[in-house]
This record gives sequence, C-alpha cells and structure tokens, in this order.
Amino acid sequence: MDGYIVSSAAPRASKAMQTYCRFLISRIGALAGTVLLGGLLTAVLVRVSPGFLVDERELDPRLSEASRASIEQEHSANRDVLAFYIHRLGRMAMHADLGDSPSLNRPIAQLLRERFPVTLQLMAAGMAGGWTLAFLLALPSVMYRSRLFRGLAGSFHQVLMSLPAAAMAVLVFDWGGPVRALVALVICPRVFEYIRNLLEEAYAQPHIVTARAKGLGDARILLRHVLPSVAPQMLALAGVSVSMAFGAAIPVESLCDLPGIGQLAWKAAMARDLPLLVTITLMVVVMTQACNMVSDWVSFRERQT
Amino acid sequence: MKRPQRLAIIVLAALFVAAILSAVAPANSHARQYRDLPGARPSAAFPLGTDELGRDRLARLLFATRISLVLAPAAALAATLLAVMVGGMAGYFGGFWDKCAVRAIDLMLSLPWLFLLLAARALLPLNAPPIASLIMTYGLLAVLGWAGPARVIRAGTRKLRESDFILQASAGGCGKLRILWRHLIPNLKPILLAQLWTTIPVFILSEANLGLLGLSASEPFPTWGNLLRDLESPFSLQPEGFAPLAVVMLSVACFKLATPAQEYHT
Amino acid sequence: MKRCLIAIAMLGLAVVSRAAQAPSELRFCLHAEPKTFDPLLVEDASSETIRYLTGGVLIRINRKTQQLTPELAASWKVDLQGRRIRFSLRPNVKFSDSTPFSADDVASTMKRLMDPATHSPAADAFRSSDVPPQITISNPLTVSILFGAPVAGLERLFDQVAITPAKSQQKIPAVLGPYLVAEHKPGAEILLVRNPNYWKVDGTGIRLPYIDRIRLEIQQNRDIELVKFRRGEIDLIDSLDPDTFDELSRQAPRSVVDAGASLESEMIWFNQVPASPIPGYKQNWFQSTAFRRAVSEAINRLDICRIVYRGHARPAEGPVSPANRFWFNASLKPHPHDVASARRRLESEGFRLRGGQLYDREGHAVEFSVITNAGNRNRERIASMLQQDLQTIGMRLNVVTLDFPSLIERITRTFNYESCLLGLTNFDLDPSAQMNVWLSSAANHQWNPNQKQPATPWEAEIDKLMQAQAADPRPEARKRAFDRVQQIVWDEAPFLFLVTKNSLTAISPDVQNAAPVALTPQAFWNIEMLRKPVFTGGTR
Repeated sequence: MDGYIVSSAAPRASKAMQTYCRFLISRIGALAGTVLLGGLLTAVLVRVSPGFLVDERELDPRLSEASRASIEQEHSANRDVLAFYIHRLGRMAMHADLGDSPSLNRPIAQLLRERFPVTLQLMAAGMAGGWTLAFLLALPSVMYRSRLFRGLAGSFHQVLMSLPAAAMAVLVFDWGGPVRALVALVICPRVFEYIRNLLEEAYAQPHIVTARAKGLGDARILLRHVLPSVAPQMLALAGVSVSMAFGAAIPVESLCDLPGIGQLAWKAAMARDLPLLVTITLMVVVMTQACNMVSDWVSFRERQT
Repeated sequence: MKRPQRLAIIVLAALFVAAILSAVAPANSHARQYRDLPGARPSAAFPLGTDELGRDRLARLLFATRISLVLAPAAALAATLLAVMVGGMAGYFGGFWDKCAVRAIDLMLSLPWLFLLLAARALLPLNAPPIASLIMTYGLLAVLGWAGPARVIRAGTRKLRESDFILQASAGGCGKLRILWRHLIPNLKPILLAQLWTTIPVFILSEANLGLLGLSASEPFPTWGNLLRDLESPFSLQPEGFAPLAVVMLSVACFKLATPAQEYHT
Repeated sequence: MKRCLIAIAMLGLAVVSRAAQAPSELRFCLHAEPKTFDPLLVEDASSETIRYLTGGVLIRINRKTQQLTPELAASWKVDLQGRRIRFSLRPNVKFSDSTPFSADDVASTMKRLMDPATHSPAADAFRSSDVPPQITISNPLTVSILFGAPVAGLERLFDQVAITPAKSQQKIPAVLGPYLVAEHKPGAEILLVRNPNYWKVDGTGIRLPYIDRIRLEIQQNRDIELVKFRRGEIDLIDSLDPDTFDELSRQAPRSVVDAGASLESEMIWFNQVPASPIPGYKQNWFQSTAFRRAVSEAINRLDICRIVYRGHARPAEGPVSPANRFWFNASLKPHPHDVASARRRLESEGFRLRGGQLYDREGHAVEFSVITNAGNRNRERIASMLQQDLQTIGMRLNVVTLDFPSLIERITRTFNYESCLLGLTNFDLDPSAQMNVWLSSAANHQWNPNQKQPATPWEAEIDKLMQAQAADPRPEARKRAFDRVQQIVWDEAPFLFLVTKNSLTAISPDVQNAAPVALTPQAFWNIEMLRKPVFTGGTR
C-alpha cells in the first residue's frame, strides 16, 4: 500500500514454530497420560493375579510363627493398589526414588542401571540383525522373481518361526554362535513376510517397472525409488519391532541367563514383585511411546515441508 | 486353481482326515503308556517311536494336529480381524479415533498380560476338561494378540487412504464405511495375510511357552506346542522327535499356499 | 644351532614356570543370582553355596559321615538338658582381613542372629522359647550360650551359622572360611579367592584349600550348563537330572557319579481341610485312610523310578530318606504295588467298580484333580503316570499344572485343591526341623494345617511323640519316638511318598579328591581338599 515490499518469511517461520510446539506438547501430554495409565493397569493386573500375597518361603517348615507373620506383613504392605501407585509415583517424581525390589532385595534403580545396557545391546543387535537378515532373504526373491530364492527364503523363515526359542538358544550356544544373535533370529521371521510383501508391492508399481525396463541399475532403483516409497510402513514396523525385540529379549535373557531387563521382568513376574513390575512397565511404555513420537515427528515434518 | 494351491489343499485335507481317523479308529491311544517301551525307536507298531513315557508319538501328533490345526488358525484369524477393526478404522478415520487407537495399541504391547492369563486360569474349575484350558488360552491369545498387527495395518491404511481410487470413490459420493469395507480392506489383503501367517506359529509357540506356567492343556492332552517343547533338550532328541516341527511347518506353508493370490481392486 | 636350542629350552622353562605359578581354578554354575552375601540372611540355594564356601562355622556336619566335626570350636559341651552349649574356641585363628577371631565374634554373631530385626531364617531353629539366649564370655576362647528351653539337636544347628566379625562395617564382611568373595559381576559371575588366613592345614602342614580360586558363573539353563561341562568350561555340575546324567554317562562315563539316595523325594497328599471349598463327598474320600492306602497301592513306584528317573531313584518308604542314616526307620518298606489289595480296601469302604469307573456309596464317580507346579517336567510325567495307575482301580485323575505362586496360594490360603503333588527336601537331618510338618497345630501340616485340636487320634499321637523327642536330649529315646512317628505316617498315609531321588553329580576327572555324597553340597562338600592341576580343559 505504501510501496514497501514486506517479506512474509518471518510470520511464516513463527507460525511453523507454533505448529511444532503444539505438536510436541500434545505428544508429550499423550505420552504422560499413557504412561500413567499403563503403570496403574499393570499394578491392577499384578494385584488381581493369583498368588500375589503368598511367598515361597512359607513352605519352609523351619520358619517360626513370628517369621511367617512378618513375611505375610511384607506382602500385605502393597495390598491397596491405588495407594501404592500414588505413593510410588510421588516418590519417583519428588525424590527420583524408584524404591527397592522386595524379591531381589536391592534398589530398583541399581538393578535397572546394571541391566539396561545388556538389554539395549541385545535389542539393537536383534533389530539390526533381524532386519538385515529379513531384507537379505526378501530382496533376492522379489528382485529376481526366482522360485528357488522364494522357496529357500520361505523355508528358512518357516523353520525360524516354528522353533521354540529355548531350542534355538541351546543350538546356537552349542554351535558356538553368539547367543545375542538369537533375538535377530526371533525378529527376522516376524518382519520377513511383511517386508517381502511391501517390496513386492513397491516393485509392482508402474514407475518402477518402467525404470527397470529402461535399464536403471537395481541399486539405484532400490535406494532412490523403492525404499522411500515404503518408508512410512517400514517405520511403523520398526516401532512394532522395538516391542517385538523386547518381547523376544525376555525369553532369550531368561534362557541364556543374560542379565538384562527381560530376565528381570520375568523374575519379577514369577515373584509378583509389584514395585519392580510397575517400574519396568513404566519404562517400557515410555520407550515405546518415545519410538512412536519419533516416527510421528518424521511424518509430521514431511507433511509440513 | 493353480497346482500349488491344489496340492496345499490336498495336504491340509489329508492331515485333517488323518487326525479325525485317528480319533475314530485309533491304532494306539494318544494317552496309553507302553511302559516297557519308553523312548523306543520307530517300528511297525510305532511308526514314529514312543516318547519318554512310552506313548505312541504318531498318535499324539495326530491328536495334537486335530486340535491345533483348528484352534491356532482360528485364534490367529480372530486376532487379525480385531487388528483390522482397530487398525483399519484408526488409519482411515484418523483424528481423535486414531489417537485413542494408537494409545490403546501401545498399552496392549507394554502391559504384562501374563497376569490376566494366570487370573483366568485360576477361575477355571479344577476338574474342567483339558480342552477348556486350551480354548481359554487360545481365546485370550486372540484377544490380546491384535495390537502388533493393528499398528502395521494402521500404517498400511493411512498410506492407501491417499490413493487415487479412494479419492475418486470419496468424490463419487461413497460413504466412509463403504469405502473402508469395499475398497480399503480388500487392498490390505497382502498385509492381512502376512500378519495371519506370522501369527499362527507365534500362537503355537506362545501356547507352548505358556505351558511352562500351567496355561496350556494338561496331561495327557498333546498339543503342537507341548510336543515342540521336546526340542528344548536337543541332545537327547532322535530324528523322529522333529516330526512335530515338520508338521507345524508343513501346515502353515499349506495354509499360505492355499490362499488365493492377491490382486489389487481399483 | 646350539644357541637356538638353548633359547627354545629357556622359553619352555619360562612357560612351565609361569604355568606352575598360575592359580588353579575350579569353575561351576550357580542357577540363580545369590540374594545376599550376609551369611545370617541366607535362604536361597545360591546364597547358601556362597555361605558354605566362605563361612567359618563352629561345628560342621561332615557330609560324608554325617557326624559332627569340630571346626572353629575345638570342643564343645551340651548340658542343662540341652539348654546350654559351651564352646572352647580354636586359638590363633584370624579372619581374612587378619583380625583375630575370638569369643566376641561368636557372641556378636549370635546376638545378631537372634535379634528379631535381623529376620534371620536360621534363627527360628534356635528359638525354643520367647526368652532370648544369654551369652557368656568367660575368656577370649570360651563362650557359652544358654537358651530359655531345651533345643533339640542343638550342636548340629551351628553348621548353618557362619561367624561374622564383631566390628566389621564392610558390605561383604571378612570371613573365616576357605574362600572369600573377590569379585561380583551381578548376573554374570562371582569370583572367590582363597582366604590367606584360613586356619586349616593338611597332614603335611600345607595351608588349605588346595585350589586357589573358584569361579561361579550364573547360569539358569541346564542344557547350556551341560554344554559348558562337555566343553571343559566348567568342572562340575552339583545336581544333575536323570536325562542329563544318562546322556553324559554315555559320552564321558568317568565324569558322572550316582551317589545313591539323596534327601529329596516326591510325594502327594489329599486335602483334608474341613473348611475347604471342595465338595463334602470328596472330603469324605480324602479323610478315609482306606482310600488313601488304596491309592498308594495302585501306584507303581518302580515304574516311576525306572521311567521318569531312569533308574536313578528308589521307591520311598516314608518321610525320611535312607540317606539319613541315623533317623531313617529301616523297618519300613515302600507301600507295595498291589491293585487287588487296593480294590479290596475300596470295597470295604463301600466303593464299587462299574464299567471300569469307580463309584462311592452315594453314586458319585470317583474323579479328582491333582495340582502340581508347571514347568517341572519330571513332576508332569509322574502326574501322567499316576493317571494311568489310578485308572486300574477305576479312578479318574485330572492333572492341573499351576505356576508356583498360584499353587502356594491354593495350599496355604484358599485350600481350593483336591490333591497336590510336590517334592520334599529335608535339608536338615534332625526331625526337629520338621516340627511344623508333623504338629497338627502348625502351618506346614500340609493336609490339614493350623488345627485347634488334633482332628484324629493318630495326629494327636504324632503331636505327643514330636514334642517328646524335641524335649529329650538322649538320641536313642528321640530315635524311638521318631521311628514311631514314621510308622504312624506309613500306616495312615496322610502323605503318599512316591520316590526318593538319587544324588547325581558330574565332576571332571581332572578334579582330584572328589567324593560326591547325598547331602548338599553334593560335589564340593570337601572343597578345601579338592585339587585341580593348572593345565586342564578341552572337551570331555
């Protein structure tokens, strides 16, 4: 109006920042809500499970009445689930105190600190190995449409799917293989089918067919056209893989006695160790939600740009 | 019908008929212990030998096939259908419904559902037939096992939602539910079937692992899961001990092959 | 050339001398992480192993001879009808941190043990009355402990009490045993090294133990433990299951030992709690001695020993294993496998067999369940065999496997069960350790606990006999009383004892002086006498 050209870049940037902030706040709020609900539901599930108030020590005939009563009292302390949960959350929030594990007799924070790196390593190796193996099995059968490849990949996948983890653990160990590879062997068959179908779909797309017909290199097609088109579903599968990896880590850690969170969770479940189970669940929910937040953030950024 | 499809259906039918015949005219009972012949090698009387209690392995395998061939795929199908409902609707409708579904999925994947299974087992009467415990276990696996597939289906639905044919249908006045039912779900078949084939052996093995906590069929009821547990001590295993593994693999492979080839409907 | 040969010879000497200086190491697995390193708080098997290897005790039960042997107490005397014990301590003994051992340490250990705030599991055995014990130190090497009431078998209880320093503030205090904890990697392994101040020497004056180190790997999976043993990565497996024993004896026959009957047995009992939620007609069955004896006679114990335990078990006679040499009632034999006799007993109670199914007088089909803990394959197999055995007398048995906490809840709280199949391990040889099983008013009187009055005359008789033997200091009188208790249990069959398992161990032939026994720890009870050459390893 008065002859000046006013740049609209600054107001646009500030609007984008507001959108990002709104997104982050809503996601963090959702994370907090889910975590709180997850912890409470875990506490309720453990509390209503049979055997919550009993202790194996009660079967020891050497214990006196007084000792027995003292053991019963220990277990009854967490009888009121809501009160326990509120008290626990309060301690965590105000004093960063995760409490003690009654079954293992040690501070929970110390247990998690010792065991988290083991599980993280196992999960990372498992996901990387599982996905790599799944890709190596799926790609040749899709790219070259060879029945032999499909057959071999399918059979290998079938064996892995059907073998109990315990049998795999012992076989891998006996052959001198790294026991940490087990999680990869558990994840691989669970993602293989899906990855293969996604890749088949992608390779069937008209522009890919045209590119191949025109002689474009396989690697270029894969990296520049196929993978980007399947990236959103792969991200979703990656999110599920995190939970799968943790779920696979539990029996592997228990069987091979790897001192990770999975083994800890199993021991806590068998002992009905409420404080430890609630803490582990809170941690797992935070982890899963964090992974989802990352993939949602990536999608959100894509939409914004 | 293509040849591999026909062959797969024939094999599945043969397995099922063999399993049913074993009930109608059993050569040996699955429960009877031939105590003079524990761990016997294959012979004319016992084609797959006997187990550690002298029970006919073949009779037990056929008995287990009868049960697991029905229950495991049924539970997997139920879980996949639940996953379609939740994941499909979340991915298509989006918004608040999508947010709630995502939270529900995350919670389902994180909570220790083992305790629900233990509580359910405690509610069963002591003298309930062994099949009741097994049906309860598979039923709960179906009810609890939808979360992982739901997330994957949701992602697939969100992608398909942006496709041209969906936009065209929507522009043409097609209602949302109709689009979901007639256009989206048929095009999700590859994903759904992938999830189904993955879920069947997962449920079989889960049933086996839950047997360690008393959440499977009790003695002398054989299931694929508890027969597979024999593989956990591979050192004392004979080749015939791998028969359950071969049957499970064969069954799942046949289910896959028997399914019609997927096509896109536009 | 000559120089070359000299160089090679010197290199060889260096290697050999280095090897000769290298510490000898014994390796085996613990099946779970120890819950505590405090010897007074031990209640799990792994912690007990650590206590055995590191703790110095006043009196030790020799696991082979089952006799009491002096350790830190050079001698002792029990008087005042079993209320007081006086110790003369061994002189010139030091803790691993070189502080001298004296009566003060014994006194402070006993005070801490008996303090209710400590919650020591070992303390209950000493609590014969509410009066705390009086501890008197006469001089640095003499201490006496006076209890409020007689404590049956007082001396043997000190086998479980490792003496701790009176003044130590360390998290893992100094020890008096052959080894001390040098390294602990939680969840992975524990390294024990020899206690440089251990007081014991061998006949030639060499300070014990012979083996310098013990490496304890934490490994729950038995198959992986077996693989490690076969590869030579570990030297012993303390307790083998029968399948593994047979497998190993085929591959490496010199490395396995069946030491005969252990203290472990399997048993089944019926729920006789009047207030339990099971139907009244079933309670009537279970409360009938004839019914219980009939079930016992229908069970083929020899088959269970042969098939489930591969011959490494024997039919059980009663609550005491023949491995318990003094207390076992040798006049008892296992209930015979006699189906005809079982049927006669049932007929005498009004049961009738029709079309292969047994019915009681009121026409109810005899069908009941047995609960047992899931995941224990041998127990699941036993339950399956019981199903077939009971079919021969027309009974239908349903097997219900439960996870352990659920099972404990049913047998201790809700009493919502019909029969239960579980194992019994008598860690302690003395029957006073089982008071809470045999007294009708006690919580571990499994078939009908916490009775206000004994429900049957025979339970009243058992109560009297157990109390009498606990108050009598004379071993022979106690033995007579407890023999009678075993006879009553045999006659009335509140527990049906099935089999007594054998003690099965695997030890590398490289480990010298090993002599596995029935009492725990089976393979390394004589740890200080075990020897192991330095260059060992390789596949067996």
